[in-house]
Amino acid sequence: MLQSVLLILGLAALAPWVHRLAGRWSARLYASVGAGLFAYFASLAPRVYASEPIAQRWEWIEALHVAISFRLDGLALVFAFLVTGVGALILLYAGAYMKDHPRVGAFFASLLLFMASMLGLVLADNVVTLFIFWELTSVSSFLLIGFDRQREGARRAAMQALLVTGLGGMALLGGLAMLATAAGSWELHEIAASGGAIRAHALFLPAFALVALGAFTKSAQFPFHFWLPNAMEAPTPVSAYLHSSTMVKAGVYLLARLHPALGGNDVWFHTLTWVGAATFVVGGLLATRETAMKRILAYTTVASLGALVMMLGVGTQAALVAMSAFLVAHALYKGALFLIAGAVDHEAGEKYVDRLGGLRRAMPLTAACAAIAALSMAGVPPTLGFIAKETILEGVAHDTLGWTLLALATLGSTLTVAAAAIVGLRPFFGRPRETPRTAHDPGPEMLAGPFILAALGLIGGLMPALFADSIVSATATTVGGAPIEKHLHLWHGFTLALALSAAALVVGAAIALLAARWRRALAPIGALSRFGPERLYGAGLGALNVLAVSLTGVYQNGRLRRYTTVVFVFTGLLVGASLVRLGALSGLTGLDRVYPFDAIVCMAIIAGAIAAICAKGRLGAVAALGIVGYGVTVLYVVYGAPDLALTLVSVETLTVILFVLVLYHLPRFAIYTSRAARVRDMVIAVSFGAVMCLLTLIAADVQFSPTISEWFVENSVPKGKGRNIVNVILVDFRALDTMGEITVLGVAAIGVHALLKLKPAAASDGGDES
Amino acid sequence: MQVLLAIVVGVVYAASIYLMLRRNIVKLAIGLALFGHASNLLIFTAGGLTRGKPPIVPEGADAPAAMVADPLPHALILTAIVIGFGVLAFSLVLVHRTYQMTGQDDTDHMRSAET
Repeated sequence: MLQSVLLILGLAALAPWVHRLAGRWSARLYASVGAGLFAYFASLAPRVYASEPIAQRWEWIEALHVAISFRLDGLALVFAFLVTGVGALILLYAGAYMKDHPRVGAFFASLLLFMASMLGLVLADNVVTLFIFWELTSVSSFLLIGFDRQREGARRAAMQALLVTGLGGMALLGGLAMLATAAGSWELHEIAASGGAIRAHALFLPAFALVALGAFTKSAQFPFHFWLPNAMEAPTPVSAYLHSSTMVKAGVYLLARLHPALGGNDVWFHTLTWVGAATFVVGGLLATRETAMKRILAYTTVASLGALVMMLGVGTQAALVAMSAFLVAHALYKGALFLIAGAVDHEAGEKYVDRLGGLRRAMPLTAACAAIAALSMAGVPPTLGFIAKETILEGVAHDTLGWTLLALATLGSTLTVAAAAIVGLRPFFGRPRETPRTAHDPGPEMLAGPFILAALGLIGGLMPALFADSIVSATATTVGGAPIEKHLHLWHGFTLALALSAAALVVGAAIALLAARWRRALAPIGALSRFGPERLYGAGLGALNVLAVSLTGVYQNGRLRRYTTVVFVFTGLLVGASLVRLGALSGLTGLDRVYPFDAIVCMAIIAGAIAAICAKGRLGAVAALGIVGYGVTVLYVVYGAPDLALTLVSVETLTVILFVLVLYHLPRFAIYTSRAARVRDMVIAVSFGAVMCLLTLIAADVQFSPTISEWFVENSVPKGKGRNIVNVILVDFRALDTMGEITVLGVAAIGVHALLKLKPAAASDGGDES
Repeated sequence: MQVLLAIVVGVVYAASIYLMLRRNIVKLAIGLALFGHASNLLIFTAGGLTRGKPPIVPEGADAPAAMVADPLPHALILTAIVIGFGVLAFSLVLVHRTYQMTGQDDTDHMRSAET
């Protein structure tokens, strides 16, 4: 399993070169790799369906419980099928769809990166592994939405998707860490098995809230749904793959994965059910308002994700079966419809349904696929979509909640029927309309995807035992945490679900027929959306910018002394606070011996320092600086540091000469600051000095390990062949440090040279605004 | 002598900070020079004071007979003095050059890089 993820990652890394070498064949190569992986997972299916999850594990960071561990069970397998199977078809399609684009190599690199991340996400068993792949899907989604980077809309949509899912990702990380703490394990299958302990744990509520936030943002649940329609800025293959079949289902996947751990209580039930139901209805309503094919499909995806979350919330066996069946049915029909929308845009040059009609003559094969997929979406027998919708209505009807939820689910289904007819049937039937391009069926590469996906939706409905039964049962078993065996049937007899289903079909079809009038009737929603969550997102982003600008303006005001003040005040406070906190001040020893000569030198230094401050003239200040320097030199001599003294004497002399040379060209001292500022600076300076004075005393008191110094003293002659130990350290034991020091000096010398040689003509560039 | 030296360190630090907070760019440079002295003296004092016994091995011996001053702080400070000089020399030329270009010795008027 790790190998399959790495294989796709490798392909992603090589994609630009593969494209250069193989040209149009590159997409077929990727598609065949995807198909091969699909076959590989299919070959593992019998073992998985016999309730034998396949696990792999490599230790990574043991101390942090981080491992690269994968686990293939029923839920992971259905998603692996979607990622590799739908992925293969999309890759094939994208090869033809993107063939004229100049950056095809980069496109496939991002798309394959996403494919690898998504596969890793659904296979991961370790919480941290899962999270890393989760974030990688967000990143690759960002790259793909903003693929047409010249367009501002694409960039903005990409940023929006990244911010919304990224914020959710941060919440998720916190939630997962809490879950792992509560469960005492960082492996998802163990977390799923310790549901009782987690629900009794104090961290249960915050963990649930954070995980739900992560899942809701990723799966575009109301009120975080707004980023998904905007993500339609991406090229169509991306919308079909990431933003309908796979990535947006990551949130649903995670909730399903954690259902055994977090589910089965009121908090879970009410949160998921109502958020899901609201998303189902809101998504449906917004879908029927739109006229652009991709945006209609995006909103119906939002609605479908809502339905999935709602079923997870209900959580009964029937509901979980419905969730699993709908998951498969939706991926098949929605993938097909997205690809068809792309084909219509590509071949007819039109993307608005109200300007399309009668395309079945020009695009008969496309129209056939579209019709089958749309029927599955609308839930018309004998498609898999019909079975899925029946199970949903049954799952809701069986619940004790009663009519409210059932009504919402029926309403959602009705709107889905309407959207299916608007997007899947209207463009192909009815009166033919002029299109910008002469429409024709796309080539086999672009037809393969819609055809296979639509056909599977039909076969799954006609013969559920062929593949749908086992997939749905295994998925529901993993999600439910207990074995569930389900045989799907087209015909359930005359039930309430069937009646509601029929009603939804009739009303939905009516809405689709009166689409233009319906859109006008819904116009007030447009006014309402000015107060919607997207508006809030924009306002929040704006406020953040304003805050950042004003904050930066305050502490980065361009005045050097402000920065210097901040640095010294905080350094002083931190050092002082540490000294107080460590209680170091009490450990000071009493006064020690004072030598009169040394004391006189010390007084001279102090006098020099004070004179440097008070000096009225420039030369006086430099002379005072000289006094301090030579005084320190004398101290070095007295305390056994002749090397320091020699160096400092020459450096000090050079410094004074340099100062005098520079001052010669500068004006006399002027007092720029006010009296209050001088007093304030004096207070800061004296406090800082006091802290450093204390620090010196305490540091002198600390006996650090003398072994390093002793080693130098003992080995200076035997190993370094030198009698001056300081010199031996500098040029022998720590010669590399000295080389670094020489380099610094060299760089400084180059800088000095460059500054002196700089032509004054450059003044116009570097000039001051005053 | 530790206490006295610590006071010297504190006073030199205070003087250097006060000068570095001035708007006059030459005072700032003088403060920078003082700051170097104070820091070196801090390391020197903190490393332990040994009066009059330089870390030198006498002729004919493999190691000093009695205890000598700790050579490690000396090596550190030596490096610091040299680098400090490099920095100071560069800043002095920079001061000189800035004045030539802008006709200003007031740092409050040198803000164009930020705006």
